Amino acid sequence: MNSLKNTLHIALVGNPNSGKSTLFNSLTGLTQKTGNYAGVTIEKHVGKFEFNGTSFSVTDLPGTYSLFPKSLDEEVACKTILNTSTDKLDVIVIVADATNIKRHLLLATQLIDLKIPCVLALNMIDEAEKQNITIYKNDLENLLGIGVVFVNSRKKTGLEELKSEILKAKISDSIFYNFEKQLKLFPNLKSYKELIDLQFTCDDELSKLIKQFEKEDNISRFYKLNYIIAKCVKKPEQLNKSITQKLDSFFTHKFFGFFFFFLILFIVFQFVFFVADVPMTWIEESFAAFMNFTANSLPKGELNDLLVNGVLAGISGIVVFVPQIALLFFFITVLEDTGYMARASFILDKVMQKFGLNGKSVIPMISSVACAIPSIMSTRTISNWKTRIITILVTPLISCSARLPVYTLIISIMFKDEHMIYGFNYKGIVLMGMYLLGFGAAFLAAFILKFILKTKEKNYFIMELPVYRMPQWQTVGMLVLKKVKLFLFNAGKIILAISIVLWFLTSHAPSNVFTQLEEKALVLNTPTDVLNAQKLEHSYAGIFGKKIEPLIEPIGFDWKIGISLITSFAAREVFVGTMATIYSSGDSDNTETLREKLASEKDSVTQSPVYTTAVCWSLLVFYAFAMQCMSTLATTYSETKHWKWPFIQLVFMSVLAYGSSFIVFNLLK
Amino acid sequence: MTLDQLKLGQTAIVQEFTDDFLSLKFIEMGCLPGEIVKVVNIAPMQDPIAIEVSGYVLSLRKQEASTVVVTLLNDVVLNKTN
Repeated sequence: MNSLKNTLHIALVGNPNSGKSTLFNSLTGLTQKTGNYAGVTIEKHVGKFEFNGTSFSVTDLPGTYSLFPKSLDEEVACKTILNTSTDKLDVIVIVADATNIKRHLLLATQLIDLKIPCVLALNMIDEAEKQNITIYKNDLENLLGIGVVFVNSRKKTGLEELKSEILKAKISDSIFYNFEKQLKLFPNLKSYKELIDLQFTCDDELSKLIKQFEKEDNISRFYKLNYIIAKCVKKPEQLNKSITQKLDSFFTHKFFGFFFFFLILFIVFQFVFFVADVPMTWIEESFAAFMNFTANSLPKGELNDLLVNGVLAGISGIVVFVPQIALLFFFITVLEDTGYMARASFILDKVMQKFGLNGKSVIPMISSVACAIPSIMSTRTISNWKTRIITILVTPLISCSARLPVYTLIISIMFKDEHMIYGFNYKGIVLMGMYLLGFGAAFLAAFILKFILKTKEKNYFIMELPVYRMPQWQTVGMLVLKKVKLFLFNAGKIILAISIVLWFLTSHAPSNVFTQLEEKALVLNTPTDVLNAQKLEHSYAGIFGKKIEPLIEPIGFDWKIGISLITSFAAREVFVGTMATIYSSGDSDNTETLREKLASEKDSVTQSPVYTTAVCWSLLVFYAFAMQCMSTLATTYSETKHWKWPFIQLVFMSVLAYGSSFIVFNLLK
Repeated sequence: MTLDQLKLGQTAIVQEFTDDFLSLKFIEMGCLPGEIVKVVNIAPMQDPIAIEVSGYVLSLRKQEASTVVVTLLNDVVLNKTN
């Protein structure tokens, strides 16, 4: 151990479902920080703790089954372990499930062969005891050549012992890999680590050879493990897993399985759309009040305007989504933590497969009802490249929560509350129809992409079905907190930047047009809201809106809608605010007055209503399909690491939106 | 016979694999020649299936299961417990 170093860098490494995250939370508590691994949006969780005068920096690596990665997050885990630069790891804590020790030890033997100091934390030791599994610690330590600690990360037992073992960690004398075979196949490689390193840089020819070695080596590891298990573990013949089995027969049942899945969806939607509405309104009102206060208490002028209508308006537009995103992540984390998500994937895989997706696409598809950004980020668990790209490309078609205010406004222009059919409210039916339209379009696009995208890669769906567990509320809370933070900072930056640009475009005009308007208003005694509308019309945004009018006329939009289309590129819901400014309803929160203004808006020449049914439907369809979200495009780029994919996404969604609106408008006109 | 042909509740021993790429994944998941596997669940639309192997449950598609050659251990077909 390097005693000169003041901080010891350790990493938690283990299979998925080994209770790694819970152990990480128990060790580091509130010191955790979430960042990203260089170049990828895979979250990097780092925390710290002190023990016996030494400070520890802990990294919780993504779960992996072996050092031969088969998905993106496994690759990140492996590369971090192999890293030999300045922030290299001093000790690896191997986390293994004591109830399923054999498979978990495969990775352990590979890590030992890297000749890095290791400690084995046998997690969920209480459950192993309940199942009458006895593990002989000393024998296991001797055979593996590293310290072994029994841990229960949920009840936080064994943690002190683990910490002191980490301080004593040493490089094992045991060797598990087949060095004779390696020497024969790769005479130039001097260690197992060099072989593991090689797989990331080698050509196809060599890669085949490595795969051949991997297969034989892993088989021989399991033979060695069979011996180790026989010596060190005593377990009853018949394992008692009846609770999981009973729950499975319900959750994967032909009828109840699907019923339960849709029930859960229903509950999640209720919370995301109705319960979240309360804190969202509260946030909006607080921000509005604060903006008002700032505008009035600071000296008037350009800077004041930028701060209030650029910066604060931008931050408000981000923060307002926090309740929805937090609630959504809360449900998803609980469903994953309990083991239910794996069952949802299990029962839906067959259907998803028909559309070029797989069971693991279910989570991203559901998340995108709140926001496409976290949903694109959650596709990283999909190991198949083609499936992952298809999922990323189509999820933004699913109606996210930013479209909701737009839908609500336009639908309320077309229908009144008293419009009922068989006791159901028309508005509600149309709104539900819009969501179905989004899902339908996403599946259709996936189905088409399935035939377009070509890949040599095998499409497989081999997944562990973990035992059901009660959720760990502390872990859930931490995860939700981290995801919300990540959303605030990642998406937030872009939304904020765009709202500042938009502020400039809407509040500035060429030469001194604004001064002239103001002087005229002074003479004619024009009300402020009308003056604001005039200003917007002559601003840069207004000029752009008029410039694109010929382009959007075929789908029924005028330049006023054009301005809103431009401003919606920051975030779709900005549409409502922009329309409020254009139609000078003065108060953007009051949709009711805006609705009336829009409904009674007449064409200046023909005097016919502007917002006809055809225009409204065209707008609805356009907002359902158009890619009006910079942050989503940026996320697609950072997840795929190629500008090709956000570009394709932008083009196909724009074409789809324009084409559909064109058809809808001309059919209803 | 291959793994996808097993009925619910049937137990078999893994013999070999017919797909190189998938075999790597199977082995790393502890499903290797000599292991005993048991079909414990079949999804509502008959695909994927779930097998018990090495002390835990693994889900896989029938198409993937068809690359695993197995020998049947018994012919006892248990009824699904529901």
